[in-house]
Amino acid sequence: MALRSDIHAPIAAGEDPLRLTGRRLPRWAPIAALAVGLLVGLAVQVTGVTIIGLAPVIVAVLVFLIVYTGWTLAVEGRRHAGDRLATALMYSAATLALVPLVWILVTVVINGLTVLSPQFLFADTMRNVNPRAAGGGVAHAVLGTVQQVGIATLISVPIGLLTAIYLSEYGRGKLARSINFFVDVMTGIPSIVAGMFIYTFWILTLGFPQSGFAAGLALTILMVPVVVRSAEEMLRIVPNELREGALALGIPKYRVILKVVLPTAISGIITGVMLAIARVTGETAPLLLTTFLAQDVNWNAFDGSQASLPTFIWDQIARGTQSSLDRAWAGALTLILIVVAFYATARILAARYAPKER
Amino acid sequence: MSLLTPPRITGSSVRAGDRNFRFVTTGAGLTVLGVLAAIAAFLVWQSLPALQNNTGNVVTNQLWLPDADPPQWGIAVLIFGTLWTSIIAMAIAVPIGIGTALFITFYAPRRVARTLGFIVDLLAAVPSIIFGLWGLYYFMPEIVPAAQWLSTYLGWIPIFSNDLDLYTKSILIAGFVLAMMILPTVSAISREVFWQVPKGHIEASLALGATRWEMIRMAVLPFSRPGMISAAMLGLGRALGETIAVALILSAVFDINWQITEPGGNSIAANIALKWGEAAGNGRSALIATGMVLFFITLVVNMTARWVVNRRKEFSGAD
Repeated sequence: MALRSDIHAPIAAGEDPLRLTGRRLPRWAPIAALAVGLLVGLAVQVTGVTIIGLAPVIVAVLVFLIVYTGWTLAVEGRRHAGDRLATALMYSAATLALVPLVWILVTVVINGLTVLSPQFLFADTMRNVNPRAAGGGVAHAVLGTVQQVGIATLISVPIGLLTAIYLSEYGRGKLARSINFFVDVMTGIPSIVAGMFIYTFWILTLGFPQSGFAAGLALTILMVPVVVRSAEEMLRIVPNELREGALALGIPKYRVILKVVLPTAISGIITGVMLAIARVTGETAPLLLTTFLAQDVNWNAFDGSQASLPTFIWDQIARGTQSSLDRAWAGALTLILIVVAFYATARILAARYAPKER
Repeated sequence: MSLLTPPRITGSSVRAGDRNFRFVTTGAGLTVLGVLAAIAAFLVWQSLPALQNNTGNVVTNQLWLPDADPPQWGIAVLIFGTLWTSIIAMAIAVPIGIGTALFITFYAPRRVARTLGFIVDLLAAVPSIIFGLWGLYYFMPEIVPAAQWLSTYLGWIPIFSNDLDLYTKSILIAGFVLAMMILPTVSAISREVFWQVPKGHIEASLALGATRWEMIRMAVLPFSRPGMISAAMLGLGRALGETIAVALILSAVFDINWQITEPGGNSIAANIALKWGEAAGNGRSALIATGMVLFFITLVVNMTARWVVNRRKEFSGAD
């Protein structure tokens, strides 16, 4: 069977028209094309003909794509050229997706380290600190964040876990389906709307003061759906044989759930809770509406404004001086460290206690 | 007395403990529904005062003077800004997010795929205030020359034109930062959808001699189109409600401006965060009214997206 000219590259003069395989590029083709692209990019960098900020990188990528696709088109034909172009584009997309995270982390660490110290973290507050002056710290904000996130966790874990149990163990029919659906919808509520709801409900209607507790309530609304989703997923992977075995021994269903199903899934559930905590710790908008800013330590989460790390950063950016900006970066690094600590714990727990495959 | 009479089963068939536990868990589930209903009810109720004494047309008025006498404000500018920034963000994040998802599902070796997936998810954990801080001081200076280039060479396209010769704090920059923030959502949901493509379709098309790209175009993409649309919509929901990063990056000019390279722009959420502190009673009520609109917009977007995803799940077992 001869190769079809509309699919494969045209047959060259000396070639056997009856061969069974098409011509292929050598294995080192992508690397060679990339090298050409990088060289041109380097040339742009050296000659300094910069049209736009990232010109060398953009030129390098474009040259690579053109060389690579063109080469394939000449040797392998149209179909393979399309395939190689798509592959190259997907590699680029994936590389591009990595850029922001790395860039942000490096920036935060470098800038944050300038003023970060144990003193800054645990002792100093912003009381009587002039925005232009150096010094001050986040002790009050760390305290506020711990209390507010703690309150949110204490409320949302029971509600979330019970809802998850309902959905995975009891829920059948219309009600369960609609709860399931609206839990998903609730994950998409803008955080500022959650803060606004707590403001209208807790502060305007019920007449409570602005407080860390109100902030905790706002965070609860954001945290519950995340806890439900992750806990439900974990409960669903508990093997049915365990439930059936326990039920067959005559154990009441609620005890089966509490003593068999929950302990089996507990590590996964804790992982999910950790991830949920990491999510809400960085929320700023709802805190601005429910507890606003504070410059000093407020131990009482039930009365008066309370600082928190995100609102501390917001406040320091707004002041706009160099030393306040330094403090903002150090606050950002503190926040990132807390989030990463929760993430890492969650990952380690998940890896250590993951159900083993048999 | 016949020996064949079955023994009588004593006691109630449902234990009290079982009944109570079921009751408690159902109650917890109902609170979720209750909270959503309460959010809608309280936002509507508390925005009524400002809606009633507004002398401007809520929909078309382009001023924001809710604390003036008589109060006059409208939501047109905010809705425009919210949608426009989100559309720019989607235009950037959706292709890259879907590309990343395709790469992770069909191209990368398993180890790489897992790590890459984790890193992209980690991007979702970066607090929005940090996105804003970084965007303002590190990302913006890098993008300004690109914006300049766009307006110099592509300025004949109206949205790229720039009459002020200023390029900072623009909708373009906010759109880029928003794109990074919604990328994890788009990528994660698309990945989930690509996983559901029946293995049989993939193997069949490869066996028929399709290249990998042809396999994706003919077997994967048609099957996952609804899922990809809802992934994009969930990203849109994220972008619409994003507050702090937008508030920090945009220069909060209160007018409708299509030109994405000029400073300016606004969004419902950013406007709330910026105006809340200085707003008096009626001002807050007006802000709550805008928040209510945001809530209902995101509710509709999310419900549509979830509905499509869930419908997909039900018959995805077809293999």
